[in-house]
Amino acid sequence: TSVVVLVVLRTASLKDEEEFTDILEERRRTTDLGYALRTFNPQPYKGAPYSSTSDLKKAVLESQYLRYIIALETGSSVEKVRQEARGILEEMSHNLQLGFIRLMAYTVNKVFKRLFRSIYVNMEGLNMLQQAIQESPVILMPNHRSYVDFLIVSFILFTYDIPIPVIAAGIPLASMKVVGEILRRSGAFFIRRAIGSDKLYWAVLSEYVRTIVRTGCAPLEFYVEGFRSRTLKSVVPKLGMMDMVLEPYFKGEVFDITLVPISISYDRVVEESLLALELLGVPKPKESTTGLFKASRVLQEDYGCMHVNFGRPLSVRQLCEGKINRSEYNLIPRDLPQRPSTEIQDCVNWVAHLIVRTQEEGSLISPWSLMACLLLQAPITTLTEEGLQWHGLTEKTLWLRKLVLDFRGRLNWPAHTPDSDVMSSTVALHHSIVHHKAGRVCLVQDGDPASQDPLSPEEGVMRTAAAVLMLVSYRNQALHVFVRPGILATAIHITKSTQKDELFSFFCFLRDVFANEFIFIPGRASQDFDEACSLLQKCGAVHMSEQEVTVLETGLEVLSFLQKLLQPFLDSYQLIFRYLCENGAHVFTEKQFLPAVQNLATKLILSGDLHTFEVLSSDTQKNVLSALRRLEAVTKLRAGLYITQKELLGGSIPTRFPLC
Amino acid sequence: MCHTFPALTSDRSSRICSLLYKHGSSMASNSSGSDSSDRQRIAQQRLSVIAGHLQRPVEGNSGILAAECKAQGDKLDVSSERRTVPRRRQEIMKWNGWGYSDSKFLYNKKGQAEFTGKRYRLSGMIIPGLREWMESTFGANLQHKTPAAPILNSSAVQPPTLNEAFLKELKSTGIPFSHDAEDRVFRSHGHCLHEIFALREGKIGRVPDLVVWPNCHNDVVKIVELACKHNVCLMPYGGGTSVSSALECPPEETRSIVSLDTSQMNRILWIDEKNLTAHVEAGIVGQDLERLLNESGYCTGHEPDSMEFSSLGGWVATRASGMKKNIYGNIEDLVVHIKMVTPQGVIEKSCQGPRMSTGPDVHHFIMGSEGTLGVVTEVTMKIRPMPEYQKYGSVVFPNFEMGVACLREVARQRCAPASIRLMDNEQFKFGHALKPQVSSIFTSFLDGLKKFYITKFKGFDPNRLCVATLLFEGDREKVLQHEKQVYDIAAKFGGLAAGEDNGQRGYMLTFVIAYLRDLGMDYYVIGESFETSVPWDRVLDICRNVKARIVRECKDKGVQFPPLSTCRVTQTYDAGACVYFYFAFNYRGLSDPVHVYEQVEHAAREEILANGGSLSHHHGVGKLRKEWMRETISSVGMGMLKSVKDYVDPNNIFGNRNLL
Repeated sequence: TSVVVLVVLRTASLKDEEEFTDILEERRRTTDLGYALRTFNPQPYKGAPYSSTSDLKKAVLESQYLRYIIALETGSSVEKVRQEARGILEEMSHNLQLGFIRLMAYTVNKVFKRLFRSIYVNMEGLNMLQQAIQESPVILMPNHRSYVDFLIVSFILFTYDIPIPVIAAGIPLASMKVVGEILRRSGAFFIRRAIGSDKLYWAVLSEYVRTIVRTGCAPLEFYVEGFRSRTLKSVVPKLGMMDMVLEPYFKGEVFDITLVPISISYDRVVEESLLALELLGVPKPKESTTGLFKASRVLQEDYGCMHVNFGRPLSVRQLCEGKINRSEYNLIPRDLPQRPSTEIQDCVNWVAHLIVRTQEEGSLISPWSLMACLLLQAPITTLTEEGLQWHGLTEKTLWLRKLVLDFRGRLNWPAHTPDSDVMSSTVALHHSIVHHKAGRVCLVQDGDPASQDPLSPEEGVMRTAAAVLMLVSYRNQALHVFVRPGILATAIHITKSTQKDELFSFFCFLRDVFANEFIFIPGRASQDFDEACSLLQKCGAVHMSEQEVTVLETGLEVLSFLQKLLQPFLDSYQLIFRYLCENGAHVFTEKQFLPAVQNLATKLILSGDLHTFEVLSSDTQKNVLSALRRLEAVTKLRAGLYITQKELLGGSIPTRFPLC
Repeated sequence: MCHTFPALTSDRSSRICSLLYKHGSSMASNSSGSDSSDRQRIAQQRLSVIAGHLQRPVEGNSGILAAECKAQGDKLDVSSERRTVPRRRQEIMKWNGWGYSDSKFLYNKKGQAEFTGKRYRLSGMIIPGLREWMESTFGANLQHKTPAAPILNSSAVQPPTLNEAFLKELKSTGIPFSHDAEDRVFRSHGHCLHEIFALREGKIGRVPDLVVWPNCHNDVVKIVELACKHNVCLMPYGGGTSVSSALECPPEETRSIVSLDTSQMNRILWIDEKNLTAHVEAGIVGQDLERLLNESGYCTGHEPDSMEFSSLGGWVATRASGMKKNIYGNIEDLVVHIKMVTPQGVIEKSCQGPRMSTGPDVHHFIMGSEGTLGVVTEVTMKIRPMPEYQKYGSVVFPNFEMGVACLREVARQRCAPASIRLMDNEQFKFGHALKPQVSSIFTSFLDGLKKFYITKFKGFDPNRLCVATLLFEGDREKVLQHEKQVYDIAAKFGGLAAGEDNGQRGYMLTFVIAYLRDLGMDYYVIGESFETSVPWDRVLDICRNVKARIVRECKDKGVQFPPLSTCRVTQTYDAGACVYFYFAFNYRGLSDPVHVYEQVEHAAREEILANGGSLSHHHGVGKLRKEWMRETISSVGMGMLKSVKDYVDPNNIFGNRNLL
């Protein structure tokens, strides 16, 4: 199967040099109204009989599965439960209508033309999608980095006469006045955030999703990462939806399902400033229509380009071949809920990870991401005070560009433009984060003009953190290219070993600890290691023999760059491990934990003992907690309450964890 | 010669031959039933007398003693001269294809398809649509021929490995035997594609070393005793219609292999009119059994598609199923008593009680044992008075889904006619291609009108519609009542009655389809059918998925033209249905077509199992499907079967290595 994965990863990202077409270019030449009213006559899935939204709802409510679950619900009468199920379904259901698609296309078209210089789409991917949609039910799986993602796929598919998807969305969007309804009629269906153990809700949702897949009445779009990534880094996939989507294949209700990973990359993310504040604990504004209008000042800004890269359609049948035995579903009526075997669960998890990895491989790295990587390796005082030398940054960025290409990253570096122009226009685009003057680049820190009082040192840390975390987000966009060689570089740095097996074992350890931070396809440790080795060898950083990995003189720059790139993660994890070990309390709540870590970190930053702001990010803190739970060093007692497993936490993990 | 298909409405003398054979097809004049059956009988007698003349003594060991054995039979045995199967099968049957030597499809000088001979209703007719269908379905071309080796080259047959001691004692018993190459080759195969393909190419593998023709139960007892004494491998041979590689000699077998041909054990020993049972020697083939019982006014009603050639013993040994099982039951329902000769002795029950609670039914060790435990010699079977009235029918459905829903409803109401079969769209078209030349402008005009009514007036899509064929049997009034009930149900599922002709042609197709394969093989087309049984809720899914799998596998394996991949539902049960798949493709451009064929069939079987289908409904396991036995019946189940084998046949005398 490892070969399959490699092939998938390599081919999913299509050819290296592929054609991207700017779809806004034509939009700018024609009238918006004419565009919105264009003939729309897509080729649907050949197996799908026409079914309306009410047919869909009826099929769900009358399904054997739902009837079974309803009969199980005790406490109230069957009629009452059925009524409740109907209510859930009404709240959830999409109501896709062509008229609203036109309205959506009209509006989105206007907004996008305003926000973006260009929207680049790979036509080859789109053609393959068009083919795939006729063959089997298609699942569109974009990454999720911005609210803007939400309708971009529908917009493109409308433009190219491909069936419009129904899209899984969070329930808060539904509650927005007017807009919620427009989204619903543009194909959105809404899922509650905290479903927990509400069996009836799960049942309605899963039957709804499965029915859509089974009938193939429309492509289904959902975010396998579960939510919008606040860090712009890929999020470890959520499996609930993935389970529901794949089940019709496992149960033989469809011949195959096609997964289409879609990588959406932004030069500049519309909500960049909100992201950092959210991560630092400033709550995100509730989705509301008025909020949306307030946000309309974002329309004044330039967000550069957007790339939408449709990956090669993946056949679920091919992916799962040899991994699962579908006959486990043969002994229980397929309409009844059945807990899938670990084999099936592992397979779902594997597929989900593979998709996210493919999204990563398909996303484009902007020059700005490279610069962010480098800026973050400068001492913080340099960034906030005197600034980093422009010349040096340019040189380093160009060096890094070469490294990215060596590592087979997909770079979005404008062709036919002098490098210096690329650099300065990039910095100009990101004027909210850095400014460039007098040959130096400084971090822009938001002052609060209303406040007359000087900031306390702690407030100062938070202010800097906000700016740094914005930079971190853009660095994160490039991280997937460097993670594997980066971990190897770290392993070399820490173990000081040249023995391949020793490095491999440490590589695996780090890979394991950071499995909530970066996307690693389960069961592929040795392939990841081999990939890291071959990339480092390719860029001339190390020499490989059968048993040994030797660092080359010429490779020190690469290794040090990679090791520093991951250093903030090591520092952050280390700090939290230490906090948990040294903190007397055996049992702690999430509510205590997050501010306590933030306080400790702030203190250490002020004292100069901690050089990263990333531990202040709630995302990092949550990832560490998840990692510790996965490694069984911490156990969840109930919602929000944890207990540390002293012998583990005090023992193997931190001692093996590098103190550097 | 004008041969339209006469409507088979009120024929009292309707017997299976009427469907099969031209000489029985005098129903055009329904009133003169007795007259026609007389003519028919005379014709048959003449035929078998001629066949008897042609029969020459084998190797000087003509069955003198066997006559004595025959003489032991009782008075009821009056018809031994009219048996279909001579010892030298090659006198009337093809050595490298299906059925009678005189009957085959070919393209005449005008390039029209024609069916030769005089046996069948289609014999001597032109089939105008077949050529175009073959060309458009397979991309076959009359210019590209792949003729079979015309005669068996005896020098290609390995000389027999004879066990002299066994042979010597066998001679003394007077039981006829032969080690003639033709006789041996004839019993070395069934009708799997690879077997026939190899014969056509003149390739002969391991064949039995000796053929023996016991004339009665006692002969078999002697043969088995001798085989045990001299450690000779015995392989029972009945009708030779196996499609599971059951007759293939295990290549690893080093002992002398003796094929025990039961064809001469073909008498009805008695008929018990009080209990409606008949005691029959197990070598009798279906058509003889039915014809002889018919003469006494009875029938068994067991009509597997292979009934012209397959034998009673073979049915028992493979758990056969007949077309009219809805009225008469499958073989396990029909059998009252079995006598089997095993290396441990003879197994039989002590009485003919219709049902017993005496531990696990030992008959079920015998039924489906596929010749691994012993030779079935005599069987007591239920018989029924011949039905007074028989009527064919057909229903056209707008699509396959509706058709399956209708069959399901018919099964739910337990009102299935003697036979009900649903063909998918491809098979419907195939059936149409097999329509013989119409005799009058009026008929073709009517056909056109019907077509217009269904497709234009009723709006059926000719590329989606499908047809169910029906056969009703019983007394006239009940049949008509029953017919109305079934047509009423069909109407609820959009079904339109489509006449008796279509129904009758559908059943006829069953018997000639095996001949068609030989025609295909003359023009680069190879194919086969295979079957399964599956719960009702999975019927549609399994049909779609298996057909799609076949198409995909063919594409992956480099088959140049899209294959014919079609199915039909041939039996209904309370809890599920039997589904038949037909699969054929044009193999031009493939270096090893049989291997490709086998890979695709293997994949299709995997797909069937993954979709909740059984390993076999009635074809059996043989050696072809052995690899899936363990997962099918569990390890404990295998252990049970194994321990029975170990007890009954510790030295593996019955060494065909089927099943386990």
